[in-house]
Amino acid sequence: MPPGTPAEDSIRTITLEAFADTIIPGEKRHPGDRAVAGAAAGGGAVQAGAIELLQWNATGVSEGLDDYARLLNEHASAYADEAGLVLDASVPPFVALPFEHRTALVARLTAPDHPEKPFWILLALFSNMAYDSAAHMHTAEAIAAGHPGLRAMGIAAPGADGLWRFPAFSYGRPLARLHPDTTPSGSPA
Amino acid sequence: MTSTERTDVLVVGSGFGGAITAYHLAAGGAKVEILERGPWLTAKDFEQDFMLGSSYTRIFDFTVGEGMSILGGNCVGGGSVVYFAAMPRAPRFVFERQGGLGRRVWPASVSRDTLDPWYDRVAESIPITKQDWDDVTYAGGLWAAACDHSGRTANPVPAAVDRNRCTNCNWMMAGCKFDAKQSLLLNYLPAALAHGARIRPLHEVQRIERNHDGSYRVHYDLIDEEDYRIRSAGGAIDAKIVVLAAGAGATPVILQRSEAALGRMPHGVGRYFSGNGERLNTAVLNEDRVREVLGLTREGGLAYAANQIGKGPTVANWDRLDGSLPEFTRYSLEQLYFPPGLGTILAQVADAVGPSWFGVRKKEMLSRWQSWLIIFQMIEDANEGVFGPPPAAGNADRISQQMLGVGRLRYDPAETTLRAWAMADAEVKEILERDGLAEVTAWTNDVVGAYTVHPLSSCRIGDDPATSALDDRNELRGHPGIFVTDGSAVPTALTVNPAMTIAALAERAVPGIVRAARERGVEVTYGAPAPDGATSGRRGVAELVPTLMRK
Repeated sequence: MPPGTPAEDSIRTITLEAFADTIIPGEKRHPGDRAVAGAAAGGGAVQAGAIELLQWNATGVSEGLDDYARLLNEHASAYADEAGLVLDASVPPFVALPFEHRTALVARLTAPDHPEKPFWILLALFSNMAYDSAAHMHTAEAIAAGHPGLRAMGIAAPGADGLWRFPAFSYGRPLARLHPDTTPSGSPA
Repeated sequence: MTSTERTDVLVVGSGFGGAITAYHLAAGGAKVEILERGPWLTAKDFEQDFMLGSSYTRIFDFTVGEGMSILGGNCVGGGSVVYFAAMPRAPRFVFERQGGLGRRVWPASVSRDTLDPWYDRVAESIPITKQDWDDVTYAGGLWAAACDHSGRTANPVPAAVDRNRCTNCNWMMAGCKFDAKQSLLLNYLPAALAHGARIRPLHEVQRIERNHDGSYRVHYDLIDEEDYRIRSAGGAIDAKIVVLAAGAGATPVILQRSEAALGRMPHGVGRYFSGNGERLNTAVLNEDRVREVLGLTREGGLAYAANQIGKGPTVANWDRLDGSLPEFTRYSLEQLYFPPGLGTILAQVADAVGPSWFGVRKKEMLSRWQSWLIIFQMIEDANEGVFGPPPAAGNADRISQQMLGVGRLRYDPAETTLRAWAMADAEVKEILERDGLAEVTAWTNDVVGAYTVHPLSSCRIGDDPATSALDDRNELRGHPGIFVTDGSAVPTALTVNPAMTIAALAERAVPGIVRAARERGVEVTYGAPAPDGATSGRRGVAELVPTLMRK
């Protein structure tokens, strides 16, 4: 099958979704959702836009996504053999792994002694960034759109002009003794 | 045949080390060119936005190394544009440090007493506020109250922030939209421009060679303004004096790459790198306990829940900055804001059985993000960092269009460093877990190694040629006319935020650079006032200048 056909794209996409969902797990998008394991309530990295972010060439990983998916599935097959797991062949091997085994495999791939560690850390980094900072969207727009990560973290929305300002910011009273060796300019002596 | 451009002084980089020297040399009469590899943005361009491609990723560089990753500025104004503007002076004992050498590391001519007049010059040039408790943010106040509750002191940290303009938006790392942060864009750089200096953004210096007449030829590439992975042929400029101030993660790399043309580099080039002993802890506060134990409340009936509000660090605990304590056991503990994007991934869940930095429990931890308090440790490391052979261009293989790249730094923490981090971890835990206030964990070093926002010492000053690349006046040993004035020159970790010390050492380097320039036929004098014309700082250093200008 030539690269880029829908079937291969979807294999790639659900494999990467399953990876992102291992980093920041979310609830299933629909009952038949195989990529998202449903290990946590609320949206996770996938719902936050991980695939959109990973596919953006600004990240520098977009051109390697085929390799990521292929390698991840190879690792998943080897892991399943080792663990004596029989995987559902109707989905890619990593997607077929139960959530706790996806987690164990990602922990192994990102461990300090793994030869491919930097490669997998990058994928984890962008998966996390999709959730904690919506790096594929303007932040104010992401908050207005109810971005699941920013909402779950409780990040406050900007003011009407799109800028953040916090007029109340201080308890406004002394809260500790100063170090006795402080200079008049406020530095350590 | 095309003729190569010529200048008196070529400055590489426009952060503290570049802007300060450029200003004084231009004001003194030299023709000064500044090459800056990052873009030139000002308040109107700064965006409060985490989207890739916004000012946040355009002006910030995150360079992954082996065992240590570096965050630094990448723009006109350098670190001053992205930093959190904490400007403490280094404590007296730091200058007496011996590191692993068994003798004083700093040059004999530099102590707190001899540096204070240079600190004063910086303080006159960059408005620094001695913050009081009304300026201290909720996060800083919480840290102060917790320190007090455990019998410790806590100090508001001096900062280069105009409190009347500051909105406490906590977007300092994306550039200050309100010009509250007193970056170099507001003082030294405009003053340098007024005296005829030129700044060329998106010019990345690659290497230096020596001409037959003893001048230097500096080669640069042009960097695409949006996609920093794209570079095009630049050119070369001949200069009588070269001031390297590309940052401690880049200056040694330029010199390493120049070794083939310039000849042997001093041993200290690309060695003795210090991450300023930095490490981060995350506390997740129990809001009820904050109210009950510390008696803190704020508007809306909240106790804290204010991680997003503020202006970087505002309060530090300095109880361990005690010169009578043994080296490698002294450190400061500073409250710090670290934005999402890079500020959450390394935080670890408490008592992890499975993975500590991702997964279900990490997501739960993120749901309490507004109750996070980040504590920044600055211990005395042992200058363990070493740069490997340089990449083909720049100081990193860039991965993303902006911000993210892989550099060549290797950092294997010494036992003394690991012990100091463990001590500091334990102390933060002791302070913040007391009476159930919070759960505290350290950031993992397993993902991108240790993590520094204050790279130092990779080309340091000293008296001993075997362990310092620069003499005590910042001139590169064996290569007269090349000076290094950025964080690379600072010999050791400082136990406090280093910008003030980097700036003071750059101020102190200027007389020696003027002397060298004059010897090379440049008509330049020393003695410019502060950028706004104030002169008391100049009077304060007057007695020190003749020695620094002596050959």
